[in-house]
Amino acid sequence: MSTDNSSKAYWKDTLSLVRNMLIIWFVVSYGAGILFAGALNSISLGGYPLGFWFAQQGSIYVFIALIFYYAKAMGKLDEKYDVHED
Amino acid sequence: MGLQAMTYFVVGLTFAIYIGIAVWARAGSTSEFYSAGGNVGPVVNGMAIGADWMSAASFISMAGLIANMGYGGGLFLMGWTGGYVLLAMLLAPYLRKFGKFTVPSFVSARYYSKGASLVAVLCLLAASLTYIIGQMTGVGVAFSRFLGVSNAMGIYIGMGIVFMYAVFGGMKGITYTQVAQYCVLILAYTVPAIFISMQLTGNPLPQLGLGSGFVGTDMSLLGKLDTVVTDLGFGKYTTQVPGSLLNMFVYTVSLMIGTAGLPHVIMRFFTVATVKDARYSAGYALIFIALLYTTAPAVAAMARLNLHATVNKAVMQDGGDVFAAENSIVYETRPDWMKRWEVTGLLKFKDLNGDGRIQYYNAKSKDADFLAKVEAAGWKGSELSVNRDIMVLANPEIALLPNWVIALVAAGGLAAALSTAAGLLLAISSAISHDLFKGIWFPNMSEQKELMTGKIAMACSIVVAGYLGLNPPGFAAGTVAIAFGLAASSIFPCLMMGIFSKTMNKQGAIAGMLSGLGITMFYVFAHKGIFFIKGTEFLGLFGGKSSFFFGISPNAFGAIGAIVNFAVAFAVKNMTPPVPEEIAQMVEDVRIPRGSSAVDGAH
Repeated sequence: MSTDNSSKAYWKDTLSLVRNMLIIWFVVSYGAGILFAGALNSISLGGYPLGFWFAQQGSIYVFIALIFYYAKAMGKLDEKYDVHED
Repeated sequence: MGLQAMTYFVVGLTFAIYIGIAVWARAGSTSEFYSAGGNVGPVVNGMAIGADWMSAASFISMAGLIANMGYGGGLFLMGWTGGYVLLAMLLAPYLRKFGKFTVPSFVSARYYSKGASLVAVLCLLAASLTYIIGQMTGVGVAFSRFLGVSNAMGIYIGMGIVFMYAVFGGMKGITYTQVAQYCVLILAYTVPAIFISMQLTGNPLPQLGLGSGFVGTDMSLLGKLDTVVTDLGFGKYTTQVPGSLLNMFVYTVSLMIGTAGLPHVIMRFFTVATVKDARYSAGYALIFIALLYTTAPAVAAMARLNLHATVNKAVMQDGGDVFAAENSIVYETRPDWMKRWEVTGLLKFKDLNGDGRIQYYNAKSKDADFLAKVEAAGWKGSELSVNRDIMVLANPEIALLPNWVIALVAAGGLAAALSTAAGLLLAISSAISHDLFKGIWFPNMSEQKELMTGKIAMACSIVVAGYLGLNPPGFAAGTVAIAFGLAASSIFPCLMMGIFSKTMNKQGAIAGMLSGLGITMFYVFAHKGIFFIKGTEFLGLFGGKSSFFFGISPNAFGAIGAIVNFAVAFAVKNMTPPVPEEIAQMVEDVRIPRGSSAVDGAH
């Protein structure tokens, strides 16, 4: 960590990445899977009502994608601010 | 080979593998005992987390739970997987960077206080011990159902096996046996599901089969199931909600943050070499967990449909009348698998209207139209009581699968229970040897002595867990849910504030943990009795209505406890002295990956 400023910028970028990830996390599970599941059920995905699919399948797939995207993006941030492990 | 012989053979083979690994992976240092030497790869760690995570409850009971709850069962699926997103982004990398063996040692250093560490140890023991009771009873149940030995004998055998690899191998032995156990349990879960999905939908992938057409009709499987269950007076499968949407929402939050706060899961992130690996291993863990968690809803729906189709022939006819007398099957002609499971008491038939046929429907329905039809058909109550565990346990028999698959399911159930028990035992024994003995009572203890203390603590924990499994307290059924409530309301907020707030001080953290834990226990005790003693419920104080707080059920209350924890912590922080300078610096250090080293025990 070269200067205090770059340390602040790194943390700020980290938090905004996490915030964006958690917005998606919230939207697919609590949004599509619970709060709006009833409305989404009028759309079908194959034989699945969409809201039901999000609650029992879809949100889990999105969770996996989110973690890998996050891990990759954090790796880039670490390099950008030169705080990565050797 | 007969079924019994085949089961002994398959289970014996898997046990031989576990013991073989135990001999190979003995722990020679505290680093190997607590964190497997700190050089486990992210994929291997992910697999071990998967086995650690998926307990007897996930393997045996979850599909049955979803089968009964329908759509609302999604709260377990989302809650027990969504927590990994929180772990990966909010806790795991930072705790790994901090680089100590246990959760309480982070709390001790971050909150510069042995008192905080002691409270964390108490929360950890409360959560882990309640969790382990469920595992030990699960071991007993799996043994007695599949191997025909008594429940108690099953628990003794289970204790013996865990003893061999947990006491001598510590985290190292546990990690590598968990990899083997993961493979066994995932095969055991998916193989029958693939066969059943193939039979009902023609699609071998259960995840797709659940969304496919129902073989021989132009209806989708879920559409067919919706029709069948509503015809029989149950709630509509794809929309049925537990309590209210608010309750489902809060319940899901509790399970997610409880997952992220369970110490035996967090500990696993101390076994990888780098911060980067900690992030990725959460992703791999979730892939391995998702294999089972996305299969479970398919097993649930298909087993439910199969069960209804077995007892009511109208289910498989187009526009069949479920009330027609000849459509309920005659008890004497029931299939063999029903006879076999009746012996275990998991399936019970009582001929209430004396017609010799089985009527299975929702006798508690409040729909007047439905009740009128029930009356007209001369039904006198639902005659079949079905234990939810049957949905998984009897699955291979319902689908007429070969004996080796049934034997595999037995080995899978045992693997699930043993692997979770071992992970919990390690969390308990390391909290005792590392945080209590070394951290608080005897700071000058040598490494060899600490390792020995760890092994003795592990052996004692196994005996205590076995005792609790043999004599489960009356509240055993609800223990797993309570463990999540405890972790959600005490440990998760404390760790979050330790990483994301530079100003949270020890007074705030301790007050937060105690009040979060306190209010959650209070709400649970109000419903289930003080320390679960029957007759000491005090719902009367709150108008006598259960779930009196906005209809939130006691199992879902952890999220409310967590909110109280945060609020109290910040309020107390503002009234007490600020954190010392060096703690803020420590938090800065934890936030960047550079400089991570192997985890160690130094305080």
